Amino acid sequence: MFVDWPILSLVIWLPIIGGIAVLATAKESRPMQTRVLSLFVAILTFVLSIPLYSDFQLGTPLMQFQENTPWITAFNINYHLGVDGISMPLILLTTFMTVIVVVAGWEVIKFKQSQYMAAFLIMEGLVNGVFAAMDAALFYVFWEAMLIPMFIIIGVWGGPNRVYATIKFFLYTFFGSVFMLIALLYLYFKTGSFEILDYHQYKFSLEAQTWVFIAFLVAFAVKVPMWPVHTWLPDAHVEAPTGGSVILAAIMLKLGAYGFLRFSLPITPDASQSLDWLMISLSLIAVVYIGFVALVQQDMKKLIAYSSIAHMGFVTLGFFIAWRIYANTGSYDGAVMGIEGGIVQMISHGFISGALFLCVGIMYDRMHSRMIKDYGGVVNTMPVFAGFMVLFAMANTGLPGTSGFVGEFMVILSSFKANFWFAFLASTTLIIGAAYTLWMIKRVIFGEVVNDGVAKLQDINRREFMFLTILAFMVLLFGIWPAPLLEVMDASVVNLVAHMTQSKL
Amino acid sequence: MPDNMQTIYIWIVLAPLIGSIIAGLFGKKVGRAGAHWVTIIGVGVSCVLSIIVFKHMVFDGADPFNGSVYTWLVSDGVKFEIGFLIDKLSAMMMVVVTFVSLMVHIYTIGYMHGDPGYQRFFSYISLFTFSMLMLVMSNNFMQLFFGWEAVGLISYLLIGFWFKKETAIYANMKAFLVNRVGDFGFLLGIAGVLMYFGTLDYATVFANTDSVVGKTIQIIPGSDWSVLTLICICLFIGAMGKSAQVPLHVWLPDSMEGPTPISALIHAATMVTAGIYMVARMSPLFELSETALSFVIVIGAITALFMGLLGLVQNDIKRVVAYSTLSQLGYMTVALGASAYAAGIFHLMTHAFFKALLFLAAGSVIIAMHHEQDMRKMGGLRKYMPITWITSLIGSLALIGAPGFAGFFSKDSIIEAVGLSTIPGSGFAYFAVLGGVFVTALYSFRMYFLVFHGKERMDEHTRSHLHEPSWVVTVPLILLAIPSVIIGFIFVSDMSFGNFFGDAIKVLPQHDVLGQLAENYHGPFGMILHSLVTWPFWLALAGVATAWFLYMKRPDIPGMIQDKLKFVHKVLDNKYYVDRFNEIVFAGGSRFLGKLLWQNGDVRVIDGVIINGSAKTVGWIAGIVRRLQTGYLYNYAFAMIFGLLFLLGVFVLA
Repeated sequence: MFVDWPILSLVIWLPIIGGIAVLATAKESRPMQTRVLSLFVAILTFVLSIPLYSDFQLGTPLMQFQENTPWITAFNINYHLGVDGISMPLILLTTFMTVIVVVAGWEVIKFKQSQYMAAFLIMEGLVNGVFAAMDAALFYVFWEAMLIPMFIIIGVWGGPNRVYATIKFFLYTFFGSVFMLIALLYLYFKTGSFEILDYHQYKFSLEAQTWVFIAFLVAFAVKVPMWPVHTWLPDAHVEAPTGGSVILAAIMLKLGAYGFLRFSLPITPDASQSLDWLMISLSLIAVVYIGFVALVQQDMKKLIAYSSIAHMGFVTLGFFIAWRIYANTGSYDGAVMGIEGGIVQMISHGFISGALFLCVGIMYDRMHSRMIKDYGGVVNTMPVFAGFMVLFAMANTGLPGTSGFVGEFMVILSSFKANFWFAFLASTTLIIGAAYTLWMIKRVIFGEVVNDGVAKLQDINRREFMFLTILAFMVLLFGIWPAPLLEVMDASVVNLVAHMTQSKL
Repeated sequence: MPDNMQTIYIWIVLAPLIGSIIAGLFGKKVGRAGAHWVTIIGVGVSCVLSIIVFKHMVFDGADPFNGSVYTWLVSDGVKFEIGFLIDKLSAMMMVVVTFVSLMVHIYTIGYMHGDPGYQRFFSYISLFTFSMLMLVMSNNFMQLFFGWEAVGLISYLLIGFWFKKETAIYANMKAFLVNRVGDFGFLLGIAGVLMYFGTLDYATVFANTDSVVGKTIQIIPGSDWSVLTLICICLFIGAMGKSAQVPLHVWLPDSMEGPTPISALIHAATMVTAGIYMVARMSPLFELSETALSFVIVIGAITALFMGLLGLVQNDIKRVVAYSTLSQLGYMTVALGASAYAAGIFHLMTHAFFKALLFLAAGSVIIAMHHEQDMRKMGGLRKYMPITWITSLIGSLALIGAPGFAGFFSKDSIIEAVGLSTIPGSGFAYFAVLGGVFVTALYSFRMYFLVFHGKERMDEHTRSHLHEPSWVVTVPLILLAIPSVIIGFIFVSDMSFGNFFGDAIKVLPQHDVLGQLAENYHGPFGMILHSLVTWPFWLALAGVATAWFLYMKRPDIPGMIQDKLKFVHKVLDNKYYVDRFNEIVFAGGSRFLGKLLWQNGDVRVIDGVIINGSAKTVGWIAGIVRRLQTGYLYNYAFAMIFGLLFLLGVFVLA
C-alpha cells in the first residue's frame, strides 16, 4: 500500500521540515510543546521508514523505492533516490536512533532546547539523504550539509573544550570531503553523468582508479574513522552532548563505511584490490593498537570512542578481505560473509555504542563527571542502571547472544580464509575488548560506594528505563536472531561481490 | 515419536530460562520464596525431562536425534543454525547438569538465606543451567560457542556476586579475561573448521574428516602444519581456558570468591568440565592428530600433578577443594590425550557428583563456622555435624579413589589407560597421574582430619553455636552422596569398557587403549580385587596414612617440614609465581603498551606533529598571506600598479 508513496523523500524532508517547524513554533515558556512536537516528528519519520523494510523486495540487488526528477539539468544532476539492501537498514537505524536521541534529550537539555531538537531532526533528514542519494552531486550536498548540524550540536551544547573539538572535527572531515569532491568531478567529466550507478559501470585504468580510490579513501577513512586519521573522534565525543555522541557513533561513523561499499569497491575495484594490503593493515592496526589505547583511558567517553574505532576496524577488514581470500583459496567463498559481517557490525555498533554513550550520559547528568576515578560502586545506588550497563558492556565485548557478536564472528570466520594471522590479530579483540570494557565496569559499577556523589545517585527514571529497554531489546534480538537482517542485505552484497571481483581493466 | 521428543528437548532448555527470567526481572514482584520456587520448578522440570531422555536413549536404545530448531542466519551459502544433537553423550551430560543444578538450587535456599541478592542469585544459576544445556545439547560449533561464552558470562556474574568485595570483583574480571584467552583460540579453531569443512554442523564435519586429512597450512612461511593439528590445538586452547588447564588455570582458585553453591555447580561439577566434554565431542577430529593428542596429554599431566601439590599448602577449605578440582580436571584431560575419551567423560560424571558433594559439604561447614574458611580454626566438627561429616568422608573416599567408590572406577580406568597409551608424552603422564594419586589422598585427608577430627581450634562463641544446618542443606548432601558411592559401580562396565557412547565418541583402532583393557576386564568386582595389587591403591593408602600421621598423630611435624623446606613451601604458597608473572607481564605490559601508544602515537605524533603541526603551518602561512589583505586602499593600489608594471615589463621584454 505504501509502494506509491515517495517514502524516501518523506524520510528526508519530513524531519527537515519538522525541525524548521520546531524552531518556528518554539516558545521558551512552553518547553513541553517543543519536546512533544519533536518526538512526534521523529516517531512519524520512523513509522514512515518502516515500509522500506516491510515492502522491501528480497532477492534483488536493484535499487528500490526509486524517485528520479531532473534537478540541475545543465549539469545533468538529478534528484535521484533509491535504496538497496545495504542502505535500507542504515536508514532504519537512523530513524530509530533519532527517536531515542529525542527522548534522551527530553528534560536534560534546558539551554535552547528547540534548537537542539531541530538540529537532530534536520540532521536525521540529511543523513537519510546521504544513504538514499543515487546521484553523486546530491550525495555530496547531503554529505556536506550534514556537517553543519553536527558542528552546531557540539559547538553549542558541548563541553568546556568544545571549540577545539568542533574545529578539529570540521577541518578533519571537510579536508576529507574535498578530495571526494575532486574524485566525483573527475568521474563526472569522464562519464558526463552524476549517476553513481553509471560510475559503477565506468571502466578506467588502474592508475586513474588508484587516484580516485585514494581520494575516496581520504574522505571515508576520516569518517569511519580509520587509523591514523581517527584523533578527531575522541575529542568530538568527549565534548559533544550525549545525544551528539550517540548520533556520531551510531550513524555518522557508518557513513564512511557506507562510502566504501557504494563508491570505492564498485567504482575502483582494481585499485581496491591492489591497495587491499593497506586497508587490511589499517583495519588490523585499528583493532589492536586502538584496543590498547582504549585500555588506559580515564575518561569513559574517550574509552567508548576508542572502542568504536576498534570495532569499526572489523567493518573495514570485512570489506576488503575478498581478494586475499581468493589469493589464498582460489575462490571468493567467504568474501560475501566478510562484507555482510561488516554491515552487521555497523548496525550492531549503532545500537551498542549508542547505548553505552547514553549510559555515560545518564551518569554524567547526575554527577557531572565522565572520569572513571570519580565513580565506583554505582551498582549500590543504581542497581537497575547497572544491569543495563553491564549488558551493553558485554555486548561491546562481543558476547554471543548479543548483536555485538554476530558481525565480529562473521568477519573473523572470513578473514581466517584469507590468512591465519588476519584472523589471529582480529580475534585479539576478544581479549583486549573484554579487558578495557570490563576494567571500566569494575571500576565504575562494582565495588563499595566511593564518595558522597555516588551515594546520592538516583536510579534511572521511567523515561531512561524506557529507551534503555528498547535498545537492550534490539541488541538481544539481533544477537539471537540476526537472520532477517542478513536476508535483507544478501542479494545486494552478493551482487556487489560479483561486481567488484570483475576487473575493469 | 520424533516430534514429541523435540518438544521435550526444547522444554528442557526453556524451563530454566523462563524460571531465570521471572526470578531476575520480576524478583521484587514474586518475592524471595516465589523466586526460589519458580527456578526450582524450572530446573526440576528440566531434570525430570532429562532423565526421561536419558532413559529413552540409553535403556530404550533410541537413535540419536540431530535436528535444527531455527536458522540463526544464512550468509555466503553457509547456514548457521540453532539445533540439538541428542545422543548418549549429551543425554548423560544433561542429567548430570540438571541434577547437580537442582541440588544446588535447593541447597541455595539455606546457604543464601538472608542475602539481599537472593532472587538475583536464583536467576543467575537458572540462567547458567540454560546456557550449559545449550552447550551440551548443541549440534554445531556456533551454538557451542554461544553456550561456551554464556556460561563464562554467568561465571563472571556469580564470582562477582558480592560486588562490594574488592577481591571478588577482581577475581571475576580475571576469570573472564583468562577465559577469553581460551575463547580466542577456540574461535580460531572454529574459523578453521569453517574454512576447511565449509560448515559448522558437527555431523557434516565429522563425516568429512577424510577430505581434510593430509591438508597442510603454512602459518609461518616455510613450515607446513597439518590443518587438523592446528584446528585441534586451537580448539583445545579453548578447553584449557574453560577447564582451567595450566597455564590458563589461574582464574579457578580465585573464583572461590563467589558463593559456595556456585563453586559446586559451576567451578567443580559442570562448567569447568565443558572443555572435557568438548574435546570428547570432537574426538573424530582429535583422533586424527597425534601431535594434538600429545599436547593434550602433556598439559593434562602437568595440571594433574602440579595443581594437586598446591592443594597441600592451602589453609582455606574452599581453596583446597578448588586445587583438587584443577588436579582432577587434569586427570580428565590426560584421559582425553590418551584417547580414553570414555574414561575421561566417566570421570567427569563421577567427579561432578563427589566434587559437588565436597563443595556443598565445605559450604555446610562454612555456614556452621559463621563464614570462617580457615581450616586452622576448625577441628573436631564430626561431633557437631554428623551428616556433613559422613557425607564429606564419602566424598573424600570417592575423590581419592578408594576401591568401590565412584571415583575409583573412573580414575583407575584413566590410570590404566594412560599406562597403555603410546602417544608421545604418555610416559610422563603416567608418572604424573600415579604421583597425583598420592598427592590427592594426602591433601584430601589433610583437609578431612583438620576439619572433622583433632583438637577443636575455634573460639568459644563459634563452638557454642555449632550445629548441622537445616534440611535444605543436608538433603542435597545425602542425595549427592548416594551417586558418589554407587554410580561408578553401576556404569563402569558400560562407560569405560563397553560401548556406552556408541558413535558419539570415535577412537582409532591403534589408539584404543580402553578396548585393550576391556579384554582383561571381568566386572566391577574383578576390578576392585585387581586394584589391591596395583600401585594406585597403595599410593592412595600411603597418602591417607601420611595425612593421618602428620595431622593426627604428630601435628608438630608439618611445621617442621615447612621450616626445613622453606623454598619449596614458598614456591607452592605463591602458586609457582604464575599470578605474579601474569600481573607484571600481561596486565602491566598491556597498560604500559596502551600508554605508550596513546601518549606517543596519538597525542604526540598524530595530533602533535601531523594535525596540530599542519594547523600551525596553515596558521603561519595565513599570517603572512593576511598581510596582503590589509584593507587599505593605497596598498591595493600599490599592488595593482606594481603588477601592471611587472606584466608590461614581461610583455615588452618578450
